[in-house]
Amino acid sequence: MKQWLNQHAQALQLVLKRMLSNKLSTLMMFCVMGVALCLPGILYVIVDNLNRLAGDVQGEPQISLFLKLDIQQDTIKTLDEQLSKHPDIKTYKFVSKDEAWRQLQLTSGTANIANNIEKNPLPDAYFVSPKNIDPDTIERLQKEMQAWRGVEIAQADANWIKRLYSLLELGEKAIWSLVILLGFALVAIIGNTIRLQIMTQREEIEVSKLIGATDSFIRRPFLYAGALYGLGGGLTALILLLGIVSLFNYSIADIAELYASDFHLALPTLIVTLSMIASAIGLGWIGSYTAVGRSLSQFNAH
Amino acid sequence: MIRFDQVNKRYPGSYEALKHISLEITQGELVFLTGHSGAGKSTLLKLIAGIERPTSGTVLINNQNVSKLRTAALPYLRRKFGLIFQDHKLLYDRNCFDNVALPLYINGVTGSEAGKRIRAALDKVGLLGKEKSMPITLSGGEQQRLAIARAVVSRPSILIADEPTGNLDEEYASEIMSIFYAFQQVGVTIVIATHDVPHVENSRTLTLNHGELQA
Repeated sequence: MKQWLNQHAQALQLVLKRMLSNKLSTLMMFCVMGVALCLPGILYVIVDNLNRLAGDVQGEPQISLFLKLDIQQDTIKTLDEQLSKHPDIKTYKFVSKDEAWRQLQLTSGTANIANNIEKNPLPDAYFVSPKNIDPDTIERLQKEMQAWRGVEIAQADANWIKRLYSLLELGEKAIWSLVILLGFALVAIIGNTIRLQIMTQREEIEVSKLIGATDSFIRRPFLYAGALYGLGGGLTALILLLGIVSLFNYSIADIAELYASDFHLALPTLIVTLSMIASAIGLGWIGSYTAVGRSLSQFNAH
Repeated sequence: MIRFDQVNKRYPGSYEALKHISLEITQGELVFLTGHSGAGKSTLLKLIAGIERPTSGTVLINNQNVSKLRTAALPYLRRKFGLIFQDHKLLYDRNCFDNVALPLYINGVTGSEAGKRIRAALDKVGLLGKEKSMPITLSGGEQQRLAIARAVVSRPSILIADEPTGNLDEEYASEIMSIFYAFQQVGVTIVIATHDVPHVENSRTLTLNHGELQA
């Protein structure tokens, strides 16, 4: 156990010493990886924030039932029963025309208009939240309710939501394809760097093998190097992302103020951040593993 | 300790480097292996150290059949040997201390325990004062002694040297040889391939001629 720990500590020490003596190339490597990892990171922040924004605007899609202006009280009662028994409806809320009129007069933007109208033009209304929020269900419900007695218009914003969600889905797909492409690129970059390092240490590897080094002994420092490149690249990407987002937030604050909004870009969550760094480390490890594996089999063939 | 039984070695697309070799070397022996260039001296040493495998026949090291050993087990066999090469195979990017440290690191020995053993090995070959020097600054004889220090630092029971004095003048050569004799005194088995066999008591000479052992 002690021997095992020793060997790992020693490999890590060796790699750190080599990296410190090649500060510039190590830093360049971090930057290359950082920039490559940063791109999907930025895209993620954008899509994530759009998702959040969509959630704010329309947390759950609703169907609005505007009732006929001359509706009778017992028709409303029947509607209420229909709604409460319907299996697809989660919650619903009744807003009477008087209440809606009061609200309209209080809301700053519309108060002026409301004050110029003498008589309340608004109908009674129900706001219905369905259990299932996928666009198909909403469309079906809307058609069903339109046919109910006493309902003037059943209005659903399904189309708008459908478009927004398919756009966001497209964004997510774009992130994943970017992640996969750049993942391959990173494996190739790290593999190539490690391969060059192996070439410069060719002599050492040959002598080590002659005097009884196992393959894993030779592989170990290179694997650590790959993983450390990954870690450095991941952290660089994180710093870049933080910088870009805070720069963006700084200038967006002015614009948002004009629209009386406190909108700002939210940073990725801790889990997303950690998995970004972890995947960078993993990619570095894979890259160097393949590079060392190939070189070792060449050495063994001699 | 080392036993060859009807060993043949043929390199692909080439003549037979070794033919029908049978020999036995017991513990503590000092054996000189001699013969013309291309007689198969190096090949024989490589077979002993598990660097090459025989085409046919058996090579037994401590009753372990080398030809049947898995590739993954070979490194552990090699650690039983101290290897000394004609071209030293020193690493010129690090100082003497770190060169000698390599076999210990491979065995997972580090820290003060390693330091003690490295200095002891350097002391045995008379290079204790040069642990911080780079190998390139050493003379040919000193470089070869450094290579010996590296070979003995992990206290192997068998030392194998391929032309250890090949490039050295007489004075350096006898210096090197006396180091080998000192190791023999403490029970180490030593096999040395060489052109000119020095006259030494308690030693045996094996002569190879075109891949065959001469009686």
